[in-house]
Amino acid sequence: MIDKSAAGRTSGRKSALGAATCALMFGAAALMSTAARAEELMGQPTPGGWGFQPSGDAIKRSVVFFHNDILMPIITVICLLVAGLILYIAIRFNKRANPVPARFTHNTQIEVIWTVAPVLILMFIAIFSFRLLYAYHDMPKPDLTVKATGNQWYWNYTYPDHGALAFDSLILPEEKAKAAGKPYRLGVDNPLVVPVGKTVRVLVTGADVIHDFAMPAFGLKTDAVPGRVNETWFKADKPGIYYGQCSELCGVDHAFMPIEIDVVTPDQFNTWVVAKGGKLPGAKAAAPAAPAATAPAGGAPANPAPAAPAAKPAQTAVTNTAKTTTAKIGHAALAAKAA
Amino acid sequence: MATSADAHAHDAHEHHDHKPPFFVRWFFSTNHKDIGILYILFAIMAGLVGGALSGLIRWELAEPGIQIFQPHSWLAKIGIIEASKHGYNVVVTAHALIMIFFMVMPAMIGGFGNFFVPIMIGAPDMAFPRMNNISFWLLVASFAVLCTSLMVDGGPGKGFGGGWTMYPPLSTIGHTGPAFDLAILSLHLAGASSILGAINFITTIFNMRAPGMTLHRMPLFVWSVLVTVFLLLLSLPVLAGAITMLLTDRNFGTSFFNPAGGGDPVMFQHLFWFFGHPEVYILILPGFGMISHIVATFSKKPVFGYLAMAYAMVAIGFVGFVVWAHHMFTTGLNVNLQAYFSAATMIIAVPTGIKIFSWIATMWGGSIDFKTPMLFAIGFIFLFTVGGVTGVVLSNAGVDYSFQDTYYVVAHFHYVLSLGAVFAIFAGFYYWFEKMWGVKYNEILGAAHFWLMFVGVNVIFFPMHFLGMQGMPRRYVDYPDAFAFWNRISTDGYMIAALGVVVFLVMLVEAAVRRRKAEANPWGEGATTLEWTLSSPPPYHQFNDLPHIEAEGH
Ligand code: HEM
Ligand SMILES: [Cu+2]
Ligand SMILES: [Cu+2]
Repeated sequence: MIDKSAAGRTSGRKSALGAATCALMFGAAALMSTAARAEELMGQPTPGGWGFQPSGDAIKRSVVFFHNDILMPIITVICLLVAGLILYIAIRFNKRANPVPARFTHNTQIEVIWTVAPVLILMFIAIFSFRLLYAYHDMPKPDLTVKATGNQWYWNYTYPDHGALAFDSLILPEEKAKAAGKPYRLGVDNPLVVPVGKTVRVLVTGADVIHDFAMPAFGLKTDAVPGRVNETWFKADKPGIYYGQCSELCGVDHAFMPIEIDVVTPDQFNTWVVAKGGKLPGAKAAAPAAPAATAPAGGAPANPAPAAPAAKPAQTAVTNTAKTTTAKIGHAALAAKAA
Repeated sequence: MATSADAHAHDAHEHHDHKPPFFVRWFFSTNHKDIGILYILFAIMAGLVGGALSGLIRWELAEPGIQIFQPHSWLAKIGIIEASKHGYNVVVTAHALIMIFFMVMPAMIGGFGNFFVPIMIGAPDMAFPRMNNISFWLLVASFAVLCTSLMVDGGPGKGFGGGWTMYPPLSTIGHTGPAFDLAILSLHLAGASSILGAINFITTIFNMRAPGMTLHRMPLFVWSVLVTVFLLLLSLPVLAGAITMLLTDRNFGTSFFNPAGGGDPVMFQHLFWFFGHPEVYILILPGFGMISHIVATFSKKPVFGYLAMAYAMVAIGFVGFVVWAHHMFTTGLNVNLQAYFSAATMIIAVPTGIKIFSWIATMWGGSIDFKTPMLFAIGFIFLFTVGGVTGVVLSNAGVDYSFQDTYYVVAHFHYVLSLGAVFAIFAGFYYWFEKMWGVKYNEILGAAHFWLMFVGVNVIFFPMHFLGMQGMPRRYVDYPDAFAFWNRISTDGYMIAALGVVVFLVMLVEAAVRRRKAEANPWGEGATTLEWTLSSPPPYHQFNDLPHIEAEGH
């Protein structure tokens, strides 16, 4: 695991310059609210990046709007206000400029102002905050359901609507990741594959300890708690490969159980399901006890015509191990409000 | 403050000043000032250990790949800490526990609290001097047990690597060795120490105030300690209960947190954060008190809005108990609960804002002397503001889904803790340096210490916001190449801050060697609290004749 990557060393050289810029950063932070830079990578962190990853779905877009256009300006102004006052005081009220101190200790008017103004600002923030929070929890009718189970230290994905298709997803070792053209420590052998433009419900649970299913591009972060099924969802805008990482300390290899979601066209998705050994819903015999009625995927039901096994290079042997989760589905805490 | 002493009471007792012999004095100490000194020395020691551990973290994270937590590194040759991925988790865990329980709390409450609370209220000592001694030595025992825990088997390797939040099942089935049982014992001891200390402070402050020292004339530092120890008294038993349940889950077959036996791992998180959130205020409130004194002293102006300042702390203490689940937005809480915890958390920004603005108003119109304590105090105000506003960002559950468990959170809590609380501690340390040690520090070294620390910690922690925005998770021994740039800068910042710590140590040595004689009140008219009416260091027993406190006309 000793990997002195080239990237690490190059950035080392840049760092002296970077340290210098750091001093100016507070002022520059204001820029972040506008920065929508073209060269940012989709679905993964950008080297040297300093804002959100580009949004891959509508919910994340509203997160970015709320943060960049509402919160950032407010907190930047507050910090600059405090910094400005301190600087002014340092110049105007140092002992040389102002040898005789004033003695006042009260000013009811200003005290009322600095109590009421923050209340109003917070109420303003709260409006957007609640709107976003309830949007997160207002899932449209899902088009398909997948279940993600955190294990020490890999993810297991099952597709209950697709003939209980199930497989494990492990981090790719460095050489294999390179060969597959994926970033090391983010790429996996068997990604979660979903169709674009469909509401994907993700049921998240843990098999041993707590993990967390996180996907920055879609604004997902849901704890994988043993004995509990949490629910989250997303609806990807565009096909592509999206990376995330386990986000709850789960032991030795916590940093080495990334999450990869490949968003493909509905056709490619159906082809992939069949190639993986799953069944398409609607195709008679299939559809075992799916938790909720699920619409058949997209416009192309049960037609696995296009030969090429989907978008995946480096397709290692189909691991259909179906590691059934040991978790007892206790109180499906969130699933309740799915109805 | 709102009070001033008539300064006749204190010159009579110089001849009562017989100190016990060395061993009795420092090992069986019952004198609040000696115990305060012991606590401060202990905190400095623990701070150096915790800081060294953070050095290991930053070293490891300087570039992608695993450099020092692997079998062939120099760390492996030293062998105290396991050089493995598990070892990294152990170091992160120990760093947090040591900084919180053995550095910040002992410095603020045990050190400055013990030394100055009795003096500021005009009392001869703490209410229960012997209990005070037990509090200190329990903490030493606790630290020894924690260090032992680093060296015994934890399950995946040496030591406990489940984070300072020690969530089950990682802390139960994930760590089967005795290391975590030792860590639990250590926390029990530290908790007992703090609870005894809290009882001592509450009794002292309520019963031993000098005549005329009404609650509304009490210096703000005493107010801050009073609120803090109430938080300790009410929250620590919950932690004790939670970790005892972990202990029985681990060893005696109970299943409080084991879903297979009908328990619930998330229940532990509720209990932990019911303690944990008040705990973060415990770490910062005494700092609030110290900053008020320092800002007033060096502006030569009384504190602006004394009562609002005192009751803002009380309000923060109350609200601090009803916001705990903002640490648990991703666990699958009911959405209405999340909305409640978002809103309740935001409310805390109001009293906090009152404090920030009142400090600024205290300086406004003042005649400010920028001595080292004032530099640290102003640094505190700015850094705490930065940490505070990112706290408001995180309070929004919908935004927290993108930030929870990333470096954005690490940046946020280091701005309020590592920069806020630590800057307050340094401010207090320089402010009371002559009073506690009887010698003067060197102003140039003090200022150099401040500027190196200020630049250093900002370079360490500001880029972590960017890493968090980009999605870098915390508690990661290794990270994708894309995160390399800001991590490198953060590690550069560590070196600047470490240089600052070196200057701090040089400052200590210089002061110890030169032995410039301390004055009773080096700060002049701005310093109005009772400790400045005494000699530096104060007589071994002060206030044998109680001072009388009169209201200051305002
Ligand atoms: C210059 C000083 C410090 C540096 C460079 C530093 C660095 C770090 C870093 C990089 C982490 C994250 C490690 C990870 O998640 O992998 C961390 C965690 C932490 N630090 Fe610090 N730290 C410093 C001082 C402090 C202080 C003074 C405190 C408390 C008063 C503190 C409290 C914590 C806590 C509570 C954690 C979380 C540990 C966990 O995840 O369980 N740190 N520190
Ligand atoms: Cu993990
Ligand atoms: Cu909290």
